[in-house]
Amino acid sequence: MDEQQQTLWQFMLMESDKLLNQTLQHIGLTFISLLFAIAIGLPLGILIARKRALSGTVLGIAGILQTVPSIALLGFMIPVLGIGAKPAIVALLIYALLPIIRNTYTGIIGIDKHIIEAAKALGMDKAQILFKIEFRLAMPVILAGIRTATVINVGVATLASYIAAGGLGEFIFGGISLNNTNMILAGAIPAALLAIVLDALLALVQKMNFKNLRKTLTILPILLIVLSAFYILPSAYGSGLKAGFTPEFMGRQDGDLGLKTAYGLKINTVVISDAVMYKAAYTKELDVISGYSTDGRLKAFDLKILKDDKGIFPPYYAAPIVLQSSLAKFPGLENTLNLLSGKISDSIMTDLNYRTDYLHQSPERVAKDFLVKNKLYKVPGKGQSGTVKIGSKIFGEQYILAEIYSMLIRGNTDYQVETKTGLGGTKICFDALLNNQIDLYPEYTGTGLLAILKPDKRLVAAVITNKDKTYAYVRTEFVKKYKIKWLKPIGFNNSYALMMRQKQSAELNVYSITDLKHHLDNN
Amino acid sequence: MIELIGVSKKYGATIAVNQVSFKVNEGENLVLLGTSGCGKTTTLKMINRLIEPDGGQVLIDGKDIKQQNPEKLRRGIGYVMQNIGLFPHYTIEENISVIPKLLNWEKDKTDRRIIELVDKLHLPKDSLKLYPNELSGGQQQRVGLARALVADPSLLLMDEPFGALDNVTRGSIRKEFKDLEELKRKTIVMVTHDVQEAFELADRICLMDKGEIMQVGTPKELLLNPLNDFSRKFLDGERLALEFKMIRISDVWANLHEASYVSENRFSPELSVWDAMEKLRSGNLSELIFEDEKGVFKKISFDILMRAFNQYKNTNQHG
Ligand SMILES: Nc1ncnc2c1ncn2[C@@H]1O[C@H](COP(=O)(O)OP(=O)(O)OP(=O)(O)O)[C@@H](O)[C@H]1O
Ligand SMILES: [Mg+2]
Repeated sequence: MDEQQQTLWQFMLMESDKLLNQTLQHIGLTFISLLFAIAIGLPLGILIARKRALSGTVLGIAGILQTVPSIALLGFMIPVLGIGAKPAIVALLIYALLPIIRNTYTGIIGIDKHIIEAAKALGMDKAQILFKIEFRLAMPVILAGIRTATVINVGVATLASYIAAGGLGEFIFGGISLNNTNMILAGAIPAALLAIVLDALLALVQKMNFKNLRKTLTILPILLIVLSAFYILPSAYGSGLKAGFTPEFMGRQDGDLGLKTAYGLKINTVVISDAVMYKAAYTKELDVISGYSTDGRLKAFDLKILKDDKGIFPPYYAAPIVLQSSLAKFPGLENTLNLLSGKISDSIMTDLNYRTDYLHQSPERVAKDFLVKNKLYKVPGKGQSGTVKIGSKIFGEQYILAEIYSMLIRGNTDYQVETKTGLGGTKICFDALLNNQIDLYPEYTGTGLLAILKPDKRLVAAVITNKDKTYAYVRTEFVKKYKIKWLKPIGFNNSYALMMRQKQSAELNVYSITDLKHHLDNN
Repeated sequence: MIELIGVSKKYGATIAVNQVSFKVNEGENLVLLGTSGCGKTTTLKMINRLIEPDGGQVLIDGKDIKQQNPEKLRRGIGYVMQNIGLFPHYTIEENISVIPKLLNWEKDKTDRRIIELVDKLHLPKDSLKLYPNELSGGQQQRVGLARALVADPSLLLMDEPFGALDNVTRGSIRKEFKDLEELKRKTIVMVTHDVQEAFELADRICLMDKGEIMQVGTPKELLLNPLNDFSRKFLDGERLALEFKMIRISDVWANLHEASYVSENRFSPELSVWDAMEKLRSGNLSELIFEDEKGVFKKISFDILMRAFNQYKNTNQHG
């Protein structure tokens, strides 16, 4: 059945096991981190309500932590805590901290001081005043903070899938990469419902009168712990090798599905973001990863590509794809873009990627160095004949290609260039192109075939074995279907590849995917 | 017994209380009187260590309170706040039983005591399960009093206990309060800025201004023998009414003539001049007959009473 025609409901039924599992993980993640955030935030809130001089500093730090973008925060966690549950929980708890500290603080300092004085006058000691009076009176405000934190956590927990911590993000980000709307919705709808339901429930508790609140407050902590338990920490570090695959790879025929059907590979697998996957392999948290054959980190982290001896990974030759209307609008553009054709081989691309990803050179600099070296660089013209908009997906190689094209266009034509980099995955980039928000972006033949065109299996099998056939097929179909033209291939093939650490590969004598299968079966 | 010796408190440059000394005897009711901001509340709070003085000493039954655990100290002193300060999240019953809980009383004992207080303070019985915001201001004030009295402390500090009430309610609660048997054996320090209230309830009054004591004495002493201009001026506005209420027929007894006849209607000389005048006026009478415990009869009319009153004042002032 074609995925496009499958209804959302059918998808959810088919994937109900995964869906349930992800939802439980999502709830668990949300509440474990909430539990820790309360355990830390409440005492801190009380502390700064007692020592007001500290309040500026503490709230300031919590505020700054909250403005760190979630992806970056997860990134910072990895060197310290690795991947998986730990960094995800810590990151989530950091986001939940501010509303809890702030509301505890304002809740307590907002109490009528005469009431506190009365408690003192009756002979209550500090602890009694705190637990019997301040806490209880501040509770509606504190609950409002917990409510905010919960909703934030449900949202941010979708990002946990970036670092192999599971949750509904696996579907959401897998769906975005695979251009599969059903998959996106299967993750996004439960996540949204979760946020709405939890918000409504906590709103009810928050608005209770003192009598009902008292009863509820005895149940709440127990509920919190029970919900946290949904997240059974993945007992990943069992025996054998551990694989980390991107959400995209997990859902693809030429990915995890192909590994299972063609090779019969059974390996302990977690879902993880491309951004942290290589590092995790390097630090031995993962053994096998689904990388890209031209990724610079291959070089940086000393990884070895396992030979795809059964040929399940189709060719991914890169070429710019351009709206035909744009080619007509900007004469000379096609020739200019084709200047790059055949100029970048696999090893050159790996090297360029290595410079940006690992040496942290800017894509502009890497692009310019490359063009100068290849005598393709020209001083930019005035750019008075219109603006070409170049898009790119959200990873380094695409940034570099976008820069190279931008410099080529400025140097060789009278067009201005606007780059829209970081357009997420294939779906976002391709939609931007279809909707005329960009004129071109670099795409890969395999992606065009399997993620965009999605022809039936027989046709895929017929064209996928040969790189020229694949190219010819997508070229014709794109013009027919979308009025988009594939220009000449750039040269390199950035296909999927399984990779391991060089050292481990040598130690285990695993050089191909078949070797890997045998190793797994024998251990 | 409470004794303050040279107690002072500063807030920055403001001297809230300056070198205050006084003594409150067992069972006595001392009223701190003065205009707003003169340091009454501050003085009161230094007696149960809600405020720590900058200088001086507070002794309770001869012991320096600084040496005592503040929580224990406070559990033994009833305190009625200027702002009532009931706990909004506690029922009335829970509000009253705070101290019994702190003192680990048995439930039975607490319950019995609460029922007793509800009865004495004329609180509606079904109010025990209600929350403070479901009670009227006057009822809340009674709960505040019940909360302070529950453990039957021998000392009671009260900061404008009737402050939040309208004049009519205030008068009637004050009267009930005065008649409460329970309060008669307690040593009480009470704050007010209402002169009438002070004269009605005080055994002695401590008149304060700008953190300092202007005069300490019985209501009569303050009225008849003000020590300084401040004391005199402070009472001037209500002097006549206060004097009429304060001075009794027994005080002017010597200045009255014996009655030449005896009537059925005889009054006690403990009646104040004010009350005697009330009786003359309301009964539309021209004369009243009084009889003292020795069986002596005396007669007053409005004129005779005024003359005797003036004579009494002239002989008792300045000395
Ligand atoms: N916490 C404080 N900080 C600074 N100044 C204070 C503080 N508490 C009281 N004061 C000042 O000390 C003085 C005495 O205050 P206090 O509350 O004892 O007055 P009071 O006689 O009870 O007045 P009122 O009849 O209005 O209740 C006032 O000038 C007041 O402004
Ligand atoms: Mg006061």
